[in-house]
Parts: sequence; C-alpha cells; structure tokens
Amino acid sequence: MILLKQLVKSDFKLRYQNSFLGYLWSLLKPLFLFAIMYVIFVKILSVDFGVRNSGAYLLFGLVVWSFFTELTGGSVGAIVGKGDLLRKLNFPKYVIVLATSCSALINFFLNLIVVAIFVAFTGIDLSWSALLAPLVFFELFVLSLGLGFFLSATYVKLRDIGYIWDVVMQALFYGTPIFFPITLAPLWVQKMLMISPLAQTMQDMRYLLISDKTTTIGTVYGNEWIRIVPVSITIAVAVIAGLYFRKQSRFFAEEI
Amino acid sequence: MNDTAIKVTGVHKNFKLPHQKAGSIKSMFTNVFSLGNHTYETQHALRDISFEIKQGEFFGIVGRNGSGKSTLLKILAGIYQPTKGDVQVNGRVVPFIELGVGFNGELTGRENLFLNGALLGFSQKEVEARYDDIVAFAELERFMDQKLKNYSSGMQVRLAFSVATRLAESDILLIDEVLAVGDANFQRKCFNYFRDLKKQKKTVIFVSHDMNAVREYCDRAILIEQSKMITQGVSEKVASAYTRMFTEELHASDSDSSDTKWGDKAITYQKVKIAETVLSDQKHLEVQAVARANQDIEDPIFGFSVTNSAGTTILGTNTKIKRQKLGTIKKGQTVTLDWKIPNLFTDGTYYVNVAAVHADGVEVCEWWDGAKTFKVVNEESTPYVVGPRIQVKVEKEGS
Repeated sequence: MILLKQLVKSDFKLRYQNSFLGYLWSLLKPLFLFAIMYVIFVKILSVDFGVRNSGAYLLFGLVVWSFFTELTGGSVGAIVGKGDLLRKLNFPKYVIVLATSCSALINFFLNLIVVAIFVAFTGIDLSWSALLAPLVFFELFVLSLGLGFFLSATYVKLRDIGYIWDVVMQALFYGTPIFFPITLAPLWVQKMLMISPLAQTMQDMRYLLISDKTTTIGTVYGNEWIRIVPVSITIAVAVIAGLYFRKQSRFFAEEI
Repeated sequence: MNDTAIKVTGVHKNFKLPHQKAGSIKSMFTNVFSLGNHTYETQHALRDISFEIKQGEFFGIVGRNGSGKSTLLKILAGIYQPTKGDVQVNGRVVPFIELGVGFNGELTGRENLFLNGALLGFSQKEVEARYDDIVAFAELERFMDQKLKNYSSGMQVRLAFSVATRLAESDILLIDEVLAVGDANFQRKCFNYFRDLKKQKKTVIFVSHDMNAVREYCDRAILIEQSKMITQGVSEKVASAYTRMFTEELHASDSDSSDTKWGDKAITYQKVKIAETVLSDQKHLEVQAVARANQDIEDPIFGFSVTNSAGTTILGTNTKIKRQKLGTIKKGQTVTLDWKIPNLFTDGTYYVNVAAVHADGVEVCEWWDGAKTFKVVNEESTPYVVGPRIQVKVEKEGS
C-alpha cells in the first residue's frame, strides 16, 4: 500500500514539474477538446443529441473518454518504464499498473469537479438514480484496469502493442458515441456499437447523471437485461488479463 | 525455532537468448514460417545449485565475472525465478544490488527516502521511525527538502547508503560487491558497516571476487564457476580454492599478453623471467630481465615495480635509488638485471612492471606494464595489502 502511495505521489510530482500551469494542464486538456468539439458539433453543425443540456453531455463524455485513454495509454509503457527498478528489486509488479490507474482516477475526479461546476451553471435535474453511477463507473474502471494489465505485460515482449493500441484507441474514439448522437446510425450499427462496455458505461453514466433522454444499450435493444453482455465482457477481460499479467510478471525482470 | 535463513535446493536457471530479437510482429511472423529453425539458444546460467544458509551467518558467494553469481543473487532476491529447483526464505530479504535504486533527481531528499524505503518493502511507519537516524547518519539534516539533483554526488551516495544500511535491520541482507566501489573513505565506511553487521549477527549474503574481504567477513562461502557450484565450506577453504583456480590457469597460459609497453625504444627489454610464478611460504620472488640498448645511451636507469590485482603498486625500486651508475651503454649491448624480493605478499595475483628511463629520470626508453604475472598462495593469509611474517608471542598471565 505504501508503495502504491509513494509511486502515485512521485508520479504526480514528476509529471507536471517544469511546467508553468502544472497540474492545471490535466484539467485544461479535456476542456480544450471540449471547446473545439462544442463549437464544431453543437454550434456549427447543430448536432442534436436529443438532450436538453448538450454541453454537459458532451463534456462528460470527453472526461470519461480521457480517463479511459489515460489509464490504458499510460499502462502500455508503465512496466517497461520501471524496468530499471524491476531488474534490481523485487516488489509486486501489479502496483505499477495500479499506480497508473490511481493517477488516472485522481485526474478523473478533478475533471468531474469541472463538469459539476459547468452543470451547476447550466442547471440539471439529478434524481436518486444518480447513486447508481459509481457502480457503472466501477465497471468502466475494471475494464480499463484489465486492459492496462494486458497492455503493460504484452509491451514487455512485443513493443508493437503500443502502436496497435494507438490505432485501436482511434477506432474506439469514433466507435463510441462520445461526440455524436448514436441515433444517427442505423439500428443494427447502434446494436453493434453499444455492445462495447465502453459505450455501454458511457451512455449509462450519462443517463444517470446528465439526462434521462440519453440513448442507452437498454433503449437500443429494448431490453434492459442485455447489459449482461458488456458486463460479462468486462469481467472476462479483467480476469484473463489479470491471470496473464500474473503469469508474465514473474519474468519481467529478465525480459525487459 | 528454525535456524535456516535460506535454503536453496537444486536450482537451475536458463536464459533464452534469441538469435534475433523477436520484438516485433514482423519477426514473429517470419519465425512462424521458420518453425524448424531454433530462433534462440539456451544459456545455462546456473546448474544444480544447492546450499543452506543459517540465521546469523555471513555467507559469501564467490566466483568470476560471468560465473553466474549475480544471477544467483537475483534469484535469492526474488527478482529472477529459477527455471528448476526451489528457494526457501525465512524472513525478509533486502537486496542491495545497487545503491539508490529508484532515486529521482526531481524529488526532494525526503521524498526519495520514503520512495526508496517503500521499494525495499518497508512500511511508512518503519521508515518514519528510522527517519532521523538515517538523515543523521548521512549528515544531510539541512538538505532533506532540496531536490536530489542539487545534491553533490557524494551526498547522493551518502543518502543512498544511509537508507540502505539503517533501514535494513533484522532482515536478510543481500550485498553485491558493487556496494564497495567508491572512494577510499566510502569504502572504509562500507567495511565498517560489514564489521558491525557481523558483530550484530545479522544474516548477510555477500557476493564478491575480493578474496580478502571474503576471508575477513564471511563465515562460510560457496564458489561458483561456469554456472556450477565447485566448493562450499568455510570461507578460508573456498577462498583458497578460488585462488588456486586462477593459479592453475596461470600455469596453463604462461605468456600473459595483457601487458602494455611504451617509450622511445632507446632501450628495449628482451625478456623478463620469474623463477617461480607461484610463490608460497618463505620463498623469494626472483625476477630476471634482459634489456638491450638500440643506441648509445648514457647512464640509463633500470627499475621495476610490483602491482597487486587492485592496481596498487606496492613496491619497487630502480638503479638510481640504489645509486648504481651504469655509465655508457653501447648500441647492441645487453644488460641483465636480477631482483630478489622477500615474499611479503598476501595471497593474490601480482604484476611485475619493468622500465628503462634516460638519465634525466623523465624520458622513458621503455616502460612495460604487466611484463610478468605471478601468484601468491601462502599458508597463512591476511586480508591486508602486505603479509610479511609476523611473529606473535602470547603469554597468559599466571599460567
């Protein structure tokens, strides 16, 4: 535990040193992306998300997305980056990936504050069902962490995974209804896209926190129980990745 | 109570060395199509190693570079997994393979201290409890809130060493010889620390090829050569076996070619001979050198010196010091020099260097470093620079 804490702490300090705005950058990055998207899609192209508060809807989606990319993208090189330590000390390797995920978590919650402020200005109607949101977020966290374990362990042996993951993330960015209303696509495409746990959790969280007009996997399939599928995918990814990581981690020191 | 600290049973370690690193998809594909060819070769770093270390023992692992001793240390530390065999450890193993692992210049001394402590497996409480002690030992009270990059290298080493030594009490320590590099002052600190550990009956595993250190500190040791364990037993016996191993090799290849020569060649050494390349008790080192003048030269100075394996020149003399004027030496004339030195050497390998210098004592005719090598294997051995026969008389009062 203390190791996790120390790694997160030093990670955090090191990331923003020598930059003038320092920590603010992790808030500004999604905000700028949001500003660009908002101007292009909402103001210029007048895309209709079918919700009252399209600004908050878009911003929240980007914050969730940046959490996912930060955790998975940061995990890729995490183990290799600590290779120097791994060759000289024996400590639980999963702590390195956990530390990466903690940094992403901290950023996510700080970003949420920005979203909250934004929402406070534009007004929103939260209901009791919002309390379910952490549960959905937990699903996303487990998925991201699982992918993080898989990516970091694979990268030790196969550096190509870094490039492959970049491409996959590009595809996921467009394959997840972040900045477009999913209802624009034909129904069979909607059905396919929503099976992805990433799309499912993003839409569910938006439904619970931003607007109950959000199209969720339940609306697309007309059956709320369909969530079993993305949840099962998440669990499968996490378990397989976890076992794979545990098996590989024994040999990190000699393979890096 | 179980008094075994570490038990190693039949440990093998193989490394797969790929002929071409299969680090990209492309090479993986090409490998798929050439399944018949072996794309890696197996390197046996350790074969069938078994030994047991008791609690409170100072245990040495000796061997040459590349013998597998560092791999063994890493297996004991849990960094590598044995390919076959089993390692049982009772207690927490704290490895010091390198000082200041994970130190980061952008963090303050305090932050680095806690990070390093956490990496070594200590809890926040344990580190906090020893914080003042660590800082005081490193003499860095005023600098703990400064970034490490602003420390002098001496300060960094002090901090690293202090963290390493102060934290690791009541554990099994793995110490690699790299710890003992540094300036003389630091080395002395290291060795004092080893002495303390020994006094406190700590379990220490010490990897080294410095036989003097092994003799002085270790209770028992094992010798590893070419991935196999050759001997185990009391450190004295193992250290002698190690020295003997070198001696035998020296006989096999008598003409050592790892020498260097320089100078203006006004005089060249034709041949340097040592009567006996392995010295044991009571003998003298006898060196004979034949030098030839390639031009007429006046009052040249001939000298020799002996360097130990650590690179320290321990003795030597020359004809000027001996006030032997040689007069003019004609072109083509040869000079034969005989040196006889009493055996006051300690065990180890030594190098004989010979030189011929012009009368001014500055211009070098020929300087030949490592012209010959010899070995010393004494019955009595001490870990110090020289080992002359010392007479000891002990009288117990009243008996």
